[in-house]
Amino acid sequence: MMGQGRLAAWGIGLAALVALPFVYRDPYHLHILVLILIWSFAYTSWSMMGRFGLVSLGHGGFMGIGAYVTALLWNHLGLSPWIGIPISMVAAGALALIVGYPCFRFRITGHYFVLVTLALSGIVLQVITATRDYTGGSLGLTPDRASGNKLLALQFDDKTTWYLIALAVWLFGIVVWHWVDRSMARYALEAISEDEDAAAAAGVDVTAEKLKITLLSALMTALAGAIYCQYQMFITPDTVSGIAVSLQMVFAAIVGGLFVSLGPTVGAIITILLAETLRIGFGTKAVGWDNLVYGVLLVLFIIFLPKGILGSLLDRLKPQRKVPRAHEQEAVQIARPGA
Amino acid sequence: MQAFLDIFDIYLLEAVINGILLGGVLALLALGLNLIFGVIDVTWICYAELVMIGMYGMYFMVQYYGLSYFVAAPLTILLVAVLGAALHYLVIAPLLTAPPINQLLATGGVLFVLQSFATVAFGIDFRNLGIRLPVLAFGDMNFSYARLLSFLAALIGMVAVYLFMTRTFTGTAIRAISQDRQIMALMGVDTRRIYLITSALGGALAGLAACLLVLQYDVHPFVGLSFGPITFLICVLGGLGNFIGGFIAAFVFAEIISLGGLFSDLEWGYVLAFAFFIVMMFIRPAGLLARRR
Repeated sequence: MMGQGRLAAWGIGLAALVALPFVYRDPYHLHILVLILIWSFAYTSWSMMGRFGLVSLGHGGFMGIGAYVTALLWNHLGLSPWIGIPISMVAAGALALIVGYPCFRFRITGHYFVLVTLALSGIVLQVITATRDYTGGSLGLTPDRASGNKLLALQFDDKTTWYLIALAVWLFGIVVWHWVDRSMARYALEAISEDEDAAAAAGVDVTAEKLKITLLSALMTALAGAIYCQYQMFITPDTVSGIAVSLQMVFAAIVGGLFVSLGPTVGAIITILLAETLRIGFGTKAVGWDNLVYGVLLVLFIIFLPKGILGSLLDRLKPQRKVPRAHEQEAVQIARPGA
Repeated sequence: MQAFLDIFDIYLLEAVINGILLGGVLALLALGLNLIFGVIDVTWICYAELVMIGMYGMYFMVQYYGLSYFVAAPLTILLVAVLGAALHYLVIAPLLTAPPINQLLATGGVLFVLQSFATVAFGIDFRNLGIRLPVLAFGDMNFSYARLLSFLAALIGMVAVYLFMTRTFTGTAIRAISQDRQIMALMGVDTRRIYLITSALGGALAGLAACLLVLQYDVHPFVGLSFGPITFLICVLGGLGNFIGGFIAAFVFAEIISLGGLFSDLEWGYVLAFAFFIVMMFIRPAGLLARRR
């Protein structure tokens, strides 16, 4: 799949990214880069499911669990994030299985699946708000500052360390994306997204395949939440969980391009730069403007450019590319009036 | 002990009745969403945000322009109906042949737009209508007139929609399209017009809900998030597009929220309702799938 030239391009790009913080040390720009990398990882995790037609609005819930479980274990039990993060990932994974199994077993797809997962992020948000004695409710939560070993508490003050951590996590996400892209599971999932009955008839275990990718996606999203919490040292239910966060993931992944590995990253770069530019340009008057622009862009993208910026660009560059897979094409309906 | 039980029962009864009153408004919301889904096969994720815009409309008309509540209400219903038709015309119509997921996500984009529009235009302050309706004391139980009025208006609205759907030609055409969208065009019905009318009707129901909710709750840009998800759950539990199912599910949910709120915080009522929803998916998926092809 990957030619020599592309491998070399990846190698050079990565070397440049690793070298960057040692050459360029502006803390604000590094901060933006760290945010972009962490959110890119979260968006990539979402797109692992999204590209197979499993549109989940529950990922805000998984991210919230990742962030809050890690922070709560540290604050109330003194458990290091090195143990807390795996526990939070297991918790998110268990929730994904509990909700995913009946969905996939009873063939809940399309609108139903979206609305069920929407309920999931709603539940997580409400539980976090309701247990305000522990989580601080909507006022947010700050992990306690470590008194002793910084490494044990996974709290670092300098941006360079965080940049490298975020870069590693992001790279891990891209590697997993490619791993899935080259696996047999991809073909099974593509078959499922086109026609579940036909896939089942061809010997694909529909429930198991969907559960596997959901579990993987949920685990990675929880990790993204935990890393975000450790970096920002302040989380509120609205910034890491809930429907708005879920929609933000969908938005970025679609804007960047759902079917290419760097698509969600491009989406993260665009959305975060847009938000920052508006914030600096308008100052405190910008409250709400970034989401207004997001929303308009999302609608326009879905109508005019459903493959996203990077996806469309790659198609343009390589016109001889193979026939698009059926689920990427626009649905052709023969007798649909009113179109 | 006996005295304690007496009081407890009265609170319980009060919560049950309040749940029924809440159920009326939820059923109205679910009806609008079900209508859109049943006819156009699209889920408006931004439905609750239309209600929020309607609530702001009520607030400004009553507070700033000094209109009386009963003049402002029809205007608000009209405003949100126009918004619903515009939403269909601008966003859904270009996507009618796109995969359903894209339509759903586009309305998700509209959710962002409406929410942030309200933030930019009206600020994030909580506002209320400033109309204080008296509390009705019945025995030892207290009910707010606002809830009672909402319940009655919601019932009247639902009956009106029922009559419209069964007694008029347009209503019959709407129901027919929801059964088979391909054939109706061949029968000489202009489906585009029917879609627009349905969207406007769905918007009008959101407007009516806005007029009723503004009596009970403060308006702020994120108010939609507090009852939007619950509306979707009601529709899914009753079967998307299934009017009767949605009606029943609305009262089931309202009772859970109300009774859950009685024993603990209101949030736990919501948590309980959400959890109930997921459990129902395990044990009664058939109820969920009632209208699937």
